[in-house]
Amino acid sequence: MSASVEPTSVDPSQSGSAPANTGATRPTRTAEALRPHAEDAYAAELAALAAQDDRPRPARWRLSPWAVATYLLGGTLPDGTVITPKYVGPRRIVEVAVTTLATDRALLLLGVPGTAKTWVSEHLAAAVSGDSTLLVQGTAGTPEEAIRYGWNYARLLAHGPSRDALVPSPVMRAMAEGMTARVEELTRIPADVQDTLITILSEKTLPIPELGQEVQAVRGFNLIATANDRDRGVNDLSSALRRRFNTVVLPLPETPEAEVDIVSRRVDQIGRSLDLPAVPDGIDEIRRVVTVFRELRDGITTDGRTKLKSPSGTLSTAEAISVVTNGLALAAHFGDGVLRAGDVAAGILGAVVRDPAADRVVWQEYLETVVRERDDWKDFYRACREVSA
Amino acid sequence: MTGVDRTEGSASPAGSHLLGVRHHGPGSARAVRAALEEVRPGIVLIEGPPEADPLIPLAAEEDMRPPVALLAHAVDEPGRSAFWPLAGFSPEWVAIRWALEHGVPARFIDLPAAHTLAWRKDGAEDGDGPVPGSGDAGPGADARVDPLGVLAGAAGYDDPERWWEDVVEHRGVGEGDALAPFTALEEAMTALRETYGSGGHDRDPVREAYMRLQVRAARREFEDGVAVVCGAWHVPALRRKATVAADRALLKGLPKVKTDMTWVPWTNRRLSRVSGYGAGIDSPGWYGHLFGAPDRPVERWMTKVAGLLRDEDRIVSSAHVIEAVRLAGTLAALRGRPLPGLGETTDAVRAVMCEGSDVPLALVHDRLVVGDVLGEVPATAPAVPLQRDLARIQRRLRLKPEAAERELELDLRKETDAGRSRLLHRLRLLGVAWGEPAASRGSTGTFRETWRLRWEPELSVRIAEAGVWGTTVLAAATARAEADAVAAQGLAEVTGLAERCLLAELSDALPTVMRILADRAALDTDVGHLAQALPALVRSLRYGDVRGTDTAALAEVAAGLAERVFVGLPPACAGLDADAAEEMRRHLDAVHGAVGLLGDAPAPGHGNLRARWQSVLRTLTARDTVPGVLRGRSVRLLLDDGELAQDEAARLMGLVLSPGTPPADAAAWIEGFVGGGSGGGMLLVHDERLLGLVDAWLTGVPAEAFTDVLPLLRRTFSAYEPGVRRTLGELVRRGPGRRGSAAAAGSGTPGFAPGLDDARADAVLPVVRLLLGLDGGDGEARAGLAEAAR
Repeated sequence: MSASVEPTSVDPSQSGSAPANTGATRPTRTAEALRPHAEDAYAAELAALAAQDDRPRPARWRLSPWAVATYLLGGTLPDGTVITPKYVGPRRIVEVAVTTLATDRALLLLGVPGTAKTWVSEHLAAAVSGDSTLLVQGTAGTPEEAIRYGWNYARLLAHGPSRDALVPSPVMRAMAEGMTARVEELTRIPADVQDTLITILSEKTLPIPELGQEVQAVRGFNLIATANDRDRGVNDLSSALRRRFNTVVLPLPETPEAEVDIVSRRVDQIGRSLDLPAVPDGIDEIRRVVTVFRELRDGITTDGRTKLKSPSGTLSTAEAISVVTNGLALAAHFGDGVLRAGDVAAGILGAVVRDPAADRVVWQEYLETVVRERDDWKDFYRACREVSA
Repeated sequence: MTGVDRTEGSASPAGSHLLGVRHHGPGSARAVRAALEEVRPGIVLIEGPPEADPLIPLAAEEDMRPPVALLAHAVDEPGRSAFWPLAGFSPEWVAIRWALEHGVPARFIDLPAAHTLAWRKDGAEDGDGPVPGSGDAGPGADARVDPLGVLAGAAGYDDPERWWEDVVEHRGVGEGDALAPFTALEEAMTALRETYGSGGHDRDPVREAYMRLQVRAARREFEDGVAVVCGAWHVPALRRKATVAADRALLKGLPKVKTDMTWVPWTNRRLSRVSGYGAGIDSPGWYGHLFGAPDRPVERWMTKVAGLLRDEDRIVSSAHVIEAVRLAGTLAALRGRPLPGLGETTDAVRAVMCEGSDVPLALVHDRLVVGDVLGEVPATAPAVPLQRDLARIQRRLRLKPEAAERELELDLRKETDAGRSRLLHRLRLLGVAWGEPAASRGSTGTFRETWRLRWEPELSVRIAEAGVWGTTVLAAATARAEADAVAAQGLAEVTGLAERCLLAELSDALPTVMRILADRAALDTDVGHLAQALPALVRSLRYGDVRGTDTAALAEVAAGLAERVFVGLPPACAGLDADAAEEMRRHLDAVHGAVGLLGDAPAPGHGNLRARWQSVLRTLTARDTVPGVLRGRSVRLLLDDGELAQDEAARLMGLVLSPGTPPADAAAWIEGFVGGGSGGGMLLVHDERLLGLVDAWLTGVPAEAFTDVLPLLRRTFSAYEPGVRRTLGELVRRGPGRRGSAAAAGSGTPGFAPGLDDARADAVLPVVRLLLGLDGGDGEARAGLAEAAR
């Protein structure tokens, strides 16, 4: 079974009722959409903000930077309109991100999987430009055309090179219209294709040598890229490109409670969509999984008294979700219907021990020095010993 | 506007200018300088202990470099002390320097330290805690009523520091009235004091009464032109009209101790809140920069940061600096602040120069925001109290400093000798090498210590230097040990320090050292380091026992360390070359010894360490990837502990020595099993079966392999004592089986006959009886002994 989680999924606000609230005002073209774009789903909030926003707006921005920050972080407007928080996390991060877009520097959102990078980038684009669809999805096979422009070959052969035969990329359109373009998973794009962005970001122009023309970015153009900083085997950014970005690292949830909340909510959703039988009283086990993940990730126990080695894996919230979902499936189909330590132990071991030599020592040390000492964790200790033997 | 008898600006009718400041505020400092330049007072009065008045001229000396602190201590009890730290950007310091440069007298007017120190004795609650006169009136320094917190809250700020920065520090001294900022601040404070009174600072009314009297006296003396630099909180109280009699009444009957004052060097780190006696400022480096920068503070700051990062080999171009400045400015605008503050600049540095990472940012914080600045004090400053404390202890312990070298034998069971040992160990920790430990002659018991003493004149200088650590030998050594532990590079260094802390009986430093030790052990990935640290720690544990120190924490850490060794050792033993294996064998022996000692120590929650160590050893014996020498050693250690039956050991040896194993590996195994330490040879002498196995293997080694294993074997067997070697040789010459056949016939322990030889047993009994102190000829006892022998 697949318990994989898409990057945006752990943000609690995403799961909320916001789309339902604004459903009435949504344009009909997206009424049937499985997942409406941010600017459609939150159109009412954006309109309310725009109506009351009296602060100066940069050229072609739909809102002032202050209002964009409010849109993401949530708040109550003077007329009583409640803006739901889109991002739950440090205020500082959103402020730096919005401010970066207001200068002419591009914004790079970094973070481990499951820290709501894509989610933040989509909402930023929606709030700033009112359009979050100018998107380039980065993959190992992303060609240069996806970032610059391609050709409509039928026209090209019939009429020769002209602007009509040109197929603009989302980035090119954003430049021409002064909008915010988005590049997802920038570090998955091959290095030579990545470097196409250098001219765009520094000269703010995109030459079309075939026509002897160029597209100059108009004021209001900017670019948000997201990248995953813990994955192995990615194409690191060249320093020339890196220099064009202001980098904001999205952190993992700050408190254990917040993380437990995210995990249990998300597990519940996945469980329903996978039609898993309901498993009661899983919250204690979820709390334990989150505790283990957090302790190993932070390199310190929750009581702050013992330091630990950290394993090489990311141990993100998304992985915790998949461990718990897996455990639920085990408990439902093969266990006694209650999520027990044994159901999650193997999953945890798999998430922690990525490098068989080094990580195993880390895990064993954790087991022997931390887990064994905890009186109410006896069952978990035994289960872990069983699977790691 | 509350209009407390004010006629013009902040000058009262009698012509005294009350300059309310925030201690260590660069904006306040600048404003104070401007105000002094404008009003040109005849005398400058400063909030601070009046005992320090004679020390003021020292501030003008060439060698005096802030940050420095005024240190007051009780003469009879150097441990009771208080500090008044001053940085270059402190308004008080600026006022002192201004007065000295303009030949104007300067005076401290706060309540004398004689009283504040005596108070401290009564109200035992604060110890070395908040520094009088430097934190109490400043923002956010007191939990009872935080004046700035209230003002900031009224202005809609959640962070009082930020409010103060925006309203006061970040506004340059404008043209116009240099006294205007003080007037505005005084109004705000007056309003606050009307609401909150003395705000729960119980001692403020007394201090303010004293200050009022001093200001009054100065005013009489200097007609007009009296400038008072004090915490803004006190200004309304100083302005208030009170009768001399009422003020005197408040001051009556205050407790008093004899005090002494001096200047001591201070550091930026100590000014910051994170360590020790904080002056209550997070970012002395940033404040120093704000105070020192002539203009464009943000641009200059970013350039500094870029310079630091470049020195650390990060690529930071001018373009980065430009972008960082722009981002900081835009952020400030977004947050509605007049100028980028530390928060905005830090965010900008993180996003632009550090690629979002907090690691280089930590460096920026440490080096620039806090800063490495170390103050200096001229040599003419009065002696530090540490010297006095040392002299007292020397008198008490009858240990005179003498230039001639002499040896001192200490018996730690005696009170005085134990005290002397503690003193010498503490001084050594402080870098004052008066005594050097020497090897004890004769007795090697842990109750004895031998020292070589010699007092060199430069040791006095050392003591003066050590004065920054504290006012008594004990406090200074504790502070120094803690600082050393934090700065220590390796694990072994920390364990050594723990040992020295125990010897010096610094029980207050021990928790810190232990915490750092546990942290280092947790993060150290080299089992060798852990294995090295363990024996030293166990040794400390034994010393601690001898000296009656509480060693529960130590035992806990040692047990934790042992656990980590147990987990890490098996993987670390795989795939080692000969040299590494030999080194690991030494670790194995060391850990074995340490676990043996530790096994008895109480370590709650760590169960049976010895049993677990044995299971680790068993793992090692069974793993083929572990070098032969380690496997052999493990088998031997288990055999010695009686955890492995002799048959089993023989079986393992037979396995290794069977033809399938490469001869070199087998020879290594033999070395591990019977080589090295004492008793290896004796085992072979007494267990003929093992000897037979070795013998059979050796004769079966092919000729071409023999030259390879020969050096190993020679190394193994040449270490035996000559007697053992000869016996072995004789046994081998006699050939296998002769004596062994007798042993093999029975079922008893190899090397022993199956039954008891009564005649030979009886022969031993008289000696046993003598040893046990039993009466001769007692038949019953004799029978019992014989029974026991069986």
